[in-house]
Amino acid sequence: MLTGITFPTDAATPVTGTPVERLEDARLLTGTGCFVDDLTRPDLLHAVVLRSSMAHGRIVAIDASAALELDGVVAVFTAADVASDGAVPLIPIRLAPFPESQAFRQPVIAVDTVRYVGEPVALVVATSRAIAEDALELIELDIDALEAVASTDAALAAEGDGVLFPGTGSNLVLRYTAQMGDADTAFANAPYVRTERFSTQRHSAVPMETRGLLAEWDAEHGHLFLSGAAKVPYFNRRALAEALGLGMDEIDLLEQDVGGGFGVRGEYYPEDFLVCFAARRLGRPVKWIEDRREHFMATNHSREIACELSIACARDGTILALAGRLDADMGAYIRTNGGVVPAKAGQFLPGPYRIRDIHVDVSIVVTNKTPVGTYRGPGRFEANFFRERLIDMAAADLGLDPNVMRAHNLITAADMPWDAGKLVPYEAETSFDTGDYPVTLTRCLEEIGWEKNKHLQGTVIDGLYHGIGVACFVESGGAGPRENARITLETDGTLTVAVGSSSVGQGIETAHAQIAADALGLPLGKVRVLHGSTTLLHEGFGTYHSRAVIMGGSAILDAATNLKEHLVAAAAKRLGLPNTRLVVENGGVGSGDRFISLAELATDGPFSANGTFANTTRTYSYGAHACHVAVNPQTGAVKILDFVAVEDVGRAINPLIVHGQAIGAIVQGLGGVFLDHLVYDSEGQLLNASLADYLLPTATDFPNVRAVTLELHPSPTNPLGAKGAGEGGIVAVAGATANAVAAALAPLGVTITDLPLTPPRLWQLISDARAAAEPEH
Amino acid sequence: MKLPPLQYVRASSVSEAVDLLVQGAGDARILAGGQSLIPVLAFRLAAPAVLVDIGGIADLKRIDITDETVTLGALVRWVDIERSTALKAHMPLLPAVMAHVAHYQIRNRGTVGGSLAHCDPAAEMPGLAVTCDGTIILEGASGRREAPAVEVLTGALAAEIAEDEMIVALRFPRWRPERRWGFAEFARRQGDFAMAGIVAHFDQDADGVARDVHIGVIGATDRPTRLPGAEAALEGRIPDAMTIRDACRAVQDEVEPPEDIHASAAYRRALAGVMANQALRQAAGLPAAANGQ
Repeated sequence: MLTGITFPTDAATPVTGTPVERLEDARLLTGTGCFVDDLTRPDLLHAVVLRSSMAHGRIVAIDASAALELDGVVAVFTAADVASDGAVPLIPIRLAPFPESQAFRQPVIAVDTVRYVGEPVALVVATSRAIAEDALELIELDIDALEAVASTDAALAAEGDGVLFPGTGSNLVLRYTAQMGDADTAFANAPYVRTERFSTQRHSAVPMETRGLLAEWDAEHGHLFLSGAAKVPYFNRRALAEALGLGMDEIDLLEQDVGGGFGVRGEYYPEDFLVCFAARRLGRPVKWIEDRREHFMATNHSREIACELSIACARDGTILALAGRLDADMGAYIRTNGGVVPAKAGQFLPGPYRIRDIHVDVSIVVTNKTPVGTYRGPGRFEANFFRERLIDMAAADLGLDPNVMRAHNLITAADMPWDAGKLVPYEAETSFDTGDYPVTLTRCLEEIGWEKNKHLQGTVIDGLYHGIGVACFVESGGAGPRENARITLETDGTLTVAVGSSSVGQGIETAHAQIAADALGLPLGKVRVLHGSTTLLHEGFGTYHSRAVIMGGSAILDAATNLKEHLVAAAAKRLGLPNTRLVVENGGVGSGDRFISLAELATDGPFSANGTFANTTRTYSYGAHACHVAVNPQTGAVKILDFVAVEDVGRAINPLIVHGQAIGAIVQGLGGVFLDHLVYDSEGQLLNASLADYLLPTATDFPNVRAVTLELHPSPTNPLGAKGAGEGGIVAVAGATANAVAAALAPLGVTITDLPLTPPRLWQLISDARAAAEPEH
Repeated sequence: MKLPPLQYVRASSVSEAVDLLVQGAGDARILAGGQSLIPVLAFRLAAPAVLVDIGGIADLKRIDITDETVTLGALVRWVDIERSTALKAHMPLLPAVMAHVAHYQIRNRGTVGGSLAHCDPAAEMPGLAVTCDGTIILEGASGRREAPAVEVLTGALAAEIAEDEMIVALRFPRWRPERRWGFAEFARRQGDFAMAGIVAHFDQDADGVARDVHIGVIGATDRPTRLPGAEAALEGRIPDAMTIRDACRAVQDEVEPPEDIHASAAYRRALAGVMANQALRQAAGLPAAANGQ
């Protein structure tokens, strides 16, 4: 164990809400964590995936005979092998299940058509990873090219061979309208209207640990174990059970340490099925570890949305209505996340503002690129960028301070709960729970020094153009329907907490332990948290949508309440007192001077109780980001001089973890603004192959970032009062940063509407603006 | 991303390494620091039958400075150059540039010979070799040969090295003590390959006139190359702001940048001019230009 870290040992001191060091860090920082690739088994086999190098084509032949002759190669599986057990299974849709999406689901292995570069065509299993890779090169794959569509425009224009799923007749999966009020009338009567087009580039999460799986088939008991689970193991178990024809009680998913999730890790992917299929077919354990090159083509992409947005305002800056059209490039298939990314972009387009008349048209389109899924702040990062840019533009047109305009329109405490309508077709109406949105903006403006620095907008200091940008947001968390937990007081007096939440490295072991320790009045060091494996509980829902603390933490509270009843009953026998006189407090059970410690009572145990928290009402955190940049007009390089994110999370269980999450999210968001970009050519070839050409932010890139966590308005939706806290740090980064760059370059006539803001792109915008200003040259 | 099957041999001398190259008959590759070759192998962009590791050959690790020359052995690492007090005194351009080479982990392993043999057009050492009149010393089956760097480093990832040859050293003519120099490069992140970079040096006579001007470009070019037009713009003139501006314009006219997923040719062309301004102002002792870094 790491020395130097201490934990509160006085049971009377509550730890919820205090910045205790993360319990999991001791093992992670000393290299004693256990990740899936750390696992090994006797007789272990290694799998690699043969992936399509063509964006769209018909498989003519797969000849693996030479590969099978290679020493050490055990098997090569293709769709034909999978189909011998029945039809090739499709990846089920977990979220945003638009019925139209069903026809666009992905087979777990390409059957006769490949639709993106990276699609699995065969699985090679060998005695070592290196041999399996040698074998890959020996497989002869014959694919007839079909027309590849690499953009939504190309996809929508395509006919014949360019239609990915001929049976559907079109690459348009669906188009829907979400609305509130009467935007048409509001626009028709508005004194000011502006329409702009925006876009966010395809990029995605790049967790430090790539995906990995180890499947083991226990033939004697007919039981499958899959290690490497993350995020949603119970859903994935159900998907695997259906695909493999097994019962739910014949499969367990096991979670190890997970080196980052950010939305992409832990979804049910083709490989989840393929390694299990191989392990059962071969009767030997099979491991697959995604390499970084595979990650770029195999793991979900995200963020590629084009938007046309219109705003209607009164002359005083009151926003009267918002109307938008979103075109989402979903890649080749609709995977587990369904249409959630564009649907959430549509939902959060109005943001934290008092807008009653809204009209949003959403188009979901398939293209010959890697399929899309959720990435931290899905849809919000994009929507906040579109809207906050347009607000700055409108404020400039109207001659208003953009932040006065924001404050004027933000939803206040008096408006709560705010009816946010039904902007998501597959969800019920929702309302923003609590908050006073102008407060976070005010705090954010103080932090960035808006009043004293706003004169810097567009000024040149030492040749660099300065700009300050601001963006406001509201962010949902706490997806239902429920979560489960069990708490056991072990005979040694320690507490074991099992919860349906999963860890993706975000610190829930600590946060959950804090909640349980306080609920039972025990020191933190006596609590052990188990999570993420299907062996622990009958049902769980996992970690996404900033739900682990809200849902899992509340389930732990419920389990603690139930456990206390057992403890009181047991103590009543020991003490010879009626239950009604006893309470659990100070690490024991008692009444007046009659007291028995939990440690002593535990020797009669173990005592165990289950708990459930069911809730489908979302929490809504909110806040504002501000950014001060200096832009070099000669190179297009942007320096972040200051960045601050302010968020009201309702209640922070562990402020240290919340702060760390916010800082990490800001930097990840800045990567999405300046660096991260999955680039395709017009033939659907992915041009990023490694971390040398997919650029991630490193420690030296954005040193000046700050986060302020507020706990002003707890959520009434859960007993902790918590709101989501993992995503608020990223969702407004593009809006604030792009506004800052736009403010800096406004004197040059540059308009910012598209991400990423790379040096070459900014340089080009500056060059074009200068050329336009001097037409004679 | 595992290496293809290959045979690994550790050579104990240059002659043994050359023998192994001869035996390999074109299917053997020299492994020095491995910072370029190992990723190439992991991506299976190359699959040699034999890897000849020269890491144990002590002779190749020397930095030799004589009255006439500065010689870097093929196994001299970036960190060795960066920290060499002798080089800081005798050829200060070299240690100064090393801070731009990747990250310290890579500088602890990457070598002069490896970088020259790999010949990445955005890498610093090939640019220094070409710009500063470097001579590459190679050893092969038919003995030792010397060639101007510009004749060896002729294309992107395509150095002119025979199958039975290996680089043993890079030699520069000794620097005049009063020589003026500058270096500037622009990369997306600290340590990334340069999108454009400029190496420059010249001497100044008693009247302050620039003589023997050398200006070379990396990144914005398909191979490290000197820019004679820019050199001519400065040669025989006092390097003031106006003259430097002329030279920068010549740089932009002269470079032939490639286009890739990171940048357009037009951007790299403009960037080369901006970097030239920074490097030449540094060399001339002028204050950093506005917009400078």
